[in-house]
Amino acid sequence: MKLACRHISKIFGEGEKATRAIDDISFETTEGEFLCILGPSGCGKSTLLKIIAGLLKPSSGEVCYSGNNHAGPMNSMVFQEHGVFPWMNVMDNVAFGLEMRGVPRKERYARSLDFLKRVGLSKHAWRNPHELSVGMRQRIAIARAFVNNPEILLMDEPFGSLDAQTRLILQAELLKIWSDHKKTVIFVTHDIDEAILLGDRVLVMTSVPGRIKDVLSVGIDRPRDIDLENTPEFLALKTKIWNSIRLEVERSMTGDHDDA
Amino acid sequence: MMLNADRVYPVLLPLVSLTGVLLLWELCGRLGLINPLFFPVPSLIFLAFFGMLADGEIQTNLSITLFRVFVGFLIGTIPGITIGLLMGVSEKTRLFLDPIVAATYPIPKLAIFPLLMVIFGIGELSKIMAIAFGCFFITLINAMGGVRNINKVYFEVAKNYGASKTQLFTRVVLPASLPMIFTGIRIALGMSLIVVVGVEFVSANHGIGAMIWNAWQTFEIEKLYVGIFICAILGILFTLVLKKIEHRTIPWVGQLAHPGEE
Repeated sequence: MKLACRHISKIFGEGEKATRAIDDISFETTEGEFLCILGPSGCGKSTLLKIIAGLLKPSSGEVCYSGNNHAGPMNSMVFQEHGVFPWMNVMDNVAFGLEMRGVPRKERYARSLDFLKRVGLSKHAWRNPHELSVGMRQRIAIARAFVNNPEILLMDEPFGSLDAQTRLILQAELLKIWSDHKKTVIFVTHDIDEAILLGDRVLVMTSVPGRIKDVLSVGIDRPRDIDLENTPEFLALKTKIWNSIRLEVERSMTGDHDDA
Repeated sequence: MMLNADRVYPVLLPLVSLTGVLLLWELCGRLGLINPLFFPVPSLIFLAFFGMLADGEIQTNLSITLFRVFVGFLIGTIPGITIGLLMGVSEKTRLFLDPIVAATYPIPKLAIFPLLMVIFGIGELSKIMAIAFGCFFITLINAMGGVRNINKVYFEVAKNYGASKTQLFTRVVLPASLPMIFTGIRIALGMSLIVVVGVEFVSANHGIGAMIWNAWQTFEIEKLYVGIFICAILGILFTLVLKKIEHRTIPWVGQLAHPGEE
């Protein structure tokens, strides 16, 4: 399954108050690719992801899915936080997508349990999310997306609210599950290390309005782990990305934006 | 045996303060420091209470009041929550009904009681309807607010995972608005107590409100205190029972902020 974004722009509001959130974004993913979208806060990365997910309509441009026939859903999204329903137990949260598609209870629980095991939550299956830590709740969200078996996984800064240690563990878990399933992933983040550690390619965005500034191939062998961050190639890439994004971060902090 | 202070104090201290106040009251009365005409000593009130219990006065009045409260509560709350949810979900319904709600909601429920007596007669129905009206608006407004305050992310998750309109309602909208629906129910129960006593003051021979009113007219001060005491107990009981139900139905409320705390 391939995804192509063609000249996507999004304008919020009308008339005088209209602001251009993202501007003329075009890119394609390849089969099974892990693509990271990196940008300063407020650059419209989440907006872009929601357009790809079909949750928002672009003001212009189009999102095209193409490839082999598929039975399952096109995409499943892992949200920043609060995406897990507090009124459902862990199992029902993970099985939510299957339930919505009418998969019988027994089957959806069996399939969900499989992924709960993968993220180490099988013994918490019947507990409620509020009894678990924030990191565990994001694991629920990840399991929910994978068990839904979509063509493309969309992740909107899923680890943004986690502490550094938990984040490292979840990144490693995500890489492991992904390497077993080889789904196409589009992963939004503002963390350069995370983008390099996870991605096949890193798409760097400008500050508002978000445009594509750079597309970099990571080209570091997999499987990868945290030790990667001390290698010269990692540091070289990090410097390169930082130089590319630095100006954008500064601009987003001073509010010195292009006109819409 | 050593008892854990953390567990004993929450039970012990309120008991001490309550009995302390009662003892002080009794003492002041006995010493003639307060006028027994207005503030009869607690022991006399308790005596009156047991007397009223013995001749069934309390049971009769209490059951009549509770009947009015529960029937009125149900008649008001069920359509209140239903219409509130509907107004929360559908913008058209909200735009259509909001002005009517906004105009009628602020009217004090007791102010329309005479009108209700004209319409429904001076029997049970007008009293029940007064309570129902009180419950209706407060549950409606809270149910509507409950839906409208749902975190946008939940809707996005539901849409992204392909929820139909029915699934969206039963699996997301309804459970997500439960906390505010319960807030509405809690206020409605309190409101029911106020309204039932009010309408029983003016137009009833039985019920706790009527009992208090008759005690005032015959100047049986102890009975008056018993009535007030029963109202207080009812209020506390309602709150306790509701808290239990809330704890079972919406266990996540107030706990999301403290993950892992057990």
